[in-house]
Amino acid sequence: MSSSRSNDLAIKIATVNGTGSASANSLLMKSIFRSGIPVMGKNYFPSNIQGLPTWYEIRVSRHGYVARSGRVDIMIAMNAETYARDLKEVTPGGYLVYDSTWPRPELLKREDITVIGVPLARMCNESFNGVRTRILMKNICYAGVLAALLDLDVERIRELLAETYAKKPQLVESNMKAIQLGYDYAKQHFACPLPLHVQKMNATGGHIMIDGNTAAALGAVYAGATIGAWYPITPSTSVMDAFKSFCERTRVDAQTGRKNFAIIQAEDELAAIGMVIGAAWNGARAFTATSGPGISLMNEFIGLAYYAEVPTVVFDIQRVGPSTGMPTRTQQCDIMECAYASHGDTRHVCLYPANPEECFYMAAQAFDLAERLQTPVFMLSDLDIGMNDWMCRDLKWDESYRPDRGKVADRSQVEKLERFYRYFDKDGDGIAARSFPGVHPKAAYFTRGSGHSQYGTYTEDSVEYQIVLDRLLKKWETAKQLVPRAVIDATAGSDIGIVSLGSCEGAIREAMDVLKAAGVGVDYMRVRGFPFGEEVERFLAAHRLMFVVEQNRDAQFKSLLTLESAVEKSQLRSLLHYSGLPISSDFIVEGILAQVRPLRKAQGVALG
Amino acid sequence: MTYFPKPKVAHPSLPPNGLGLTRRDYEGAMSTLCAGCGHDSITAAIVEACWSLSIEPQNLVKLSGIGCSSKTTAYFVSGSHGFNSVHGRMPSIAMGANAANRQLNYLGVSGDGDTLSIGLGQFCHAIRRNLNMLYIIENNGVYGLTKGQFSASADIGSKAKKGDANLQPPMDPVLLAMTLGASFVARSFSGDKEQLVPLIQAGFKHNGFALIDVLSPCVTFNDHEGSTKSYAYTREHYEPAVHADFVPFERDIKVSYGEGEALPVVLHDGSQIVLRKCQAGYDPTDRAAASAYIQQHMKQGEYLTGLLHVEPSQGEFHELNRTPDEPLNSVPYEKLSPGSKELEKILNRYR
Repeated sequence: MSSSRSNDLAIKIATVNGTGSASANSLLMKSIFRSGIPVMGKNYFPSNIQGLPTWYEIRVSRHGYVARSGRVDIMIAMNAETYARDLKEVTPGGYLVYDSTWPRPELLKREDITVIGVPLARMCNESFNGVRTRILMKNICYAGVLAALLDLDVERIRELLAETYAKKPQLVESNMKAIQLGYDYAKQHFACPLPLHVQKMNATGGHIMIDGNTAAALGAVYAGATIGAWYPITPSTSVMDAFKSFCERTRVDAQTGRKNFAIIQAEDELAAIGMVIGAAWNGARAFTATSGPGISLMNEFIGLAYYAEVPTVVFDIQRVGPSTGMPTRTQQCDIMECAYASHGDTRHVCLYPANPEECFYMAAQAFDLAERLQTPVFMLSDLDIGMNDWMCRDLKWDESYRPDRGKVADRSQVEKLERFYRYFDKDGDGIAARSFPGVHPKAAYFTRGSGHSQYGTYTEDSVEYQIVLDRLLKKWETAKQLVPRAVIDATAGSDIGIVSLGSCEGAIREAMDVLKAAGVGVDYMRVRGFPFGEEVERFLAAHRLMFVVEQNRDAQFKSLLTLESAVEKSQLRSLLHYSGLPISSDFIVEGILAQVRPLRKAQGVALG
Repeated sequence: MTYFPKPKVAHPSLPPNGLGLTRRDYEGAMSTLCAGCGHDSITAAIVEACWSLSIEPQNLVKLSGIGCSSKTTAYFVSGSHGFNSVHGRMPSIAMGANAANRQLNYLGVSGDGDTLSIGLGQFCHAIRRNLNMLYIIENNGVYGLTKGQFSASADIGSKAKKGDANLQPPMDPVLLAMTLGASFVARSFSGDKEQLVPLIQAGFKHNGFALIDVLSPCVTFNDHEGSTKSYAYTREHYEPAVHADFVPFERDIKVSYGEGEALPVVLHDGSQIVLRKCQAGYDPTDRAAASAYIQQHMKQGEYLTGLLHVEPSQGEFHELNRTPDEPLNSVPYEKLSPGSKELEKILNRYR
């Protein structure tokens, strides 16, 4: 690394699962965040409790880029088992820090990087007692080394430790001791700071570091959800954990100790979705959180909720499939599964948040849409959004918000009716009024997944059956007006576009800047809801060539676009990332340049 | 048209209940089951029990899965919401519905296929959660709608209509429920209304999961010679072990039962079940002894019936969850939203 570079680097930390590295890593990331510097942390962890390799990547970016860059400027190699591959990954000119208690001459074989040895184990063994403590402190110690190398503010670290261990002050001291050990050693032995370092900024005010599952849970709390039913599955589990902790904090009556919520850990995903449907049918706001395998199990009930028109909110935190796949890795591979879940003619409203901030707002919106449209609504987050801490703008809540319960016939309305017909569309928007049990005998109707007429009666009559099926299509048209609009950036005014969704956003934004600098301006549309609205059709019609960027093998989103919009297949080309790691900006840049360069050359346009 | 509304013609001399409603007001659509189906007798017993308990029709929630038995929820109390869900999954719908509004009466009607095969898991977990509902199994040992396959409750050696004998041991919902800790477990016979109606009344009033397994012969596919679930076989082999009389709270409970033979069990709302032992040596309040007694009789080919096990419920779902008395579905939004100020406080944890 020839020149000095501040606030623009990627650090990767290789450790062993279950050694307490998570607290060291979040300590590092938060101290950077509190120094006003935009930062992002991504955790690549195994489906294991203890012993397997795990990595953590910290992206420091003064531009606020939140995706993986594809670079590794500094590797902290704490896991001997993965030394070889970790060494390979370091970008030329970068650094590798390792525990030199046990010297590794083979690490010195790369001459294009700088290897920094720190005797972490030896120092911690000399300073701490107990095997477990020594292992934990070794990890805190590398945070101290990095603090010196990067010029991090040690006071920020102390402050964070003091907050974390407010009730255990002795832990603040022991952790600080480990930090200081690493810090002092680095200061004495190496030229600190490195040319690659951090420098205080003022760019994180009005922002928080939060993961998408926590944000989604908060959204559910603010939407007034009272019932959560679920079956534990990675990476969705922390949604219900967070919902529980927010409810314990805000929904327990101070006088009586009674809880204005119920969380039911079901026996499986089939029961979980059944409970959500039962509760929503009976007038409560209810939801479940799951992942792809859970959605597979829920399919039968999803069809019932669609056909019987029961508002059902599902947070799908996507992980790598097929089958059990790689439970702790990320993908966008449930796009098709959610759009058409269950047998028969079914289509479902889907929301595609790009980050935790959108998880919060879309989680709340999912309940309004589900009740307005009386249908299942899926919010498709993924492991990258759900389990990693993202820098987001402060979440705001509009005090004037009131839940949109949709069309509900209450007691006074029912009393005025001669008869109540559950599935009769009198407004022409494809949505009929529902009623809740306990309201009035006249409001009673029979909910069923078998054929029913618009009057709510059982039917096997072709005409009566089709009237209801056709009305559901009309409701689908109504849904197009209600789902969140796509975010469109057409400032390049190009005939080439990127079309994408969800967590690809960060990498695309960065890639667009890089492409622009290379003379390739592209327009961009990020779709946020299904069914696709008119603006999606307009963007697709207005661009000659579009790269559909998504994180799965089979181009599910591209397929959905071709099935559900007027776009010609020949207008779309796929950029598919499905390694299980979050998509990186360089993947998109390279993918687009490889195809655009020959194209432009043929057109006689010079590119930078 | 496959839906038959039943004309409501109330004879002026029909007696009204406490709400001024007659039995007619507790009827539903016309049954489309086979003539003579045991299930229709159970439907009649449910009508009788709801009427006599003066349950307001809108305060009853009828839930079912898939199968002949599950169709019957359309045939009683048309003034109640009904939910005919998917096969074997009624308990989860009931759990969600009950979580949303604890103040209604939840009645699930299921069959032996719906409960003991496809729905076994949900059935067991509903018991484990002590979901406050009455769960009736209309048990005929056979799959009717798909034309005569054995169900998991078919006895060894029982013959199918086509002649095959069942070789696998039956699953008994009563013994299963007792093992899982259910606090109200009964068995009855669709042909014994005298026994069934008070059981349904008491089951409604039990604060927690109440199971009634009702032997209900299938006239079309399982009522032949060689079947152990036929009318003739059931009449011959069912043995009342304990008779239950339901005594509502409002009524004077000093009815004439002699000391020693009557055992009153007080229910949640103050009403009582008065148990009369039909067989000496049977104690329905002793789970282990009752279980052994039932099994012993089963070996001899006898179905013991009546309220086979009852004890005070150990806290139904809401009591354990500490939900408020008012239904969760009607807590005002203002009480549910923590507000924007609280959000700012929460966010401070993420800076």
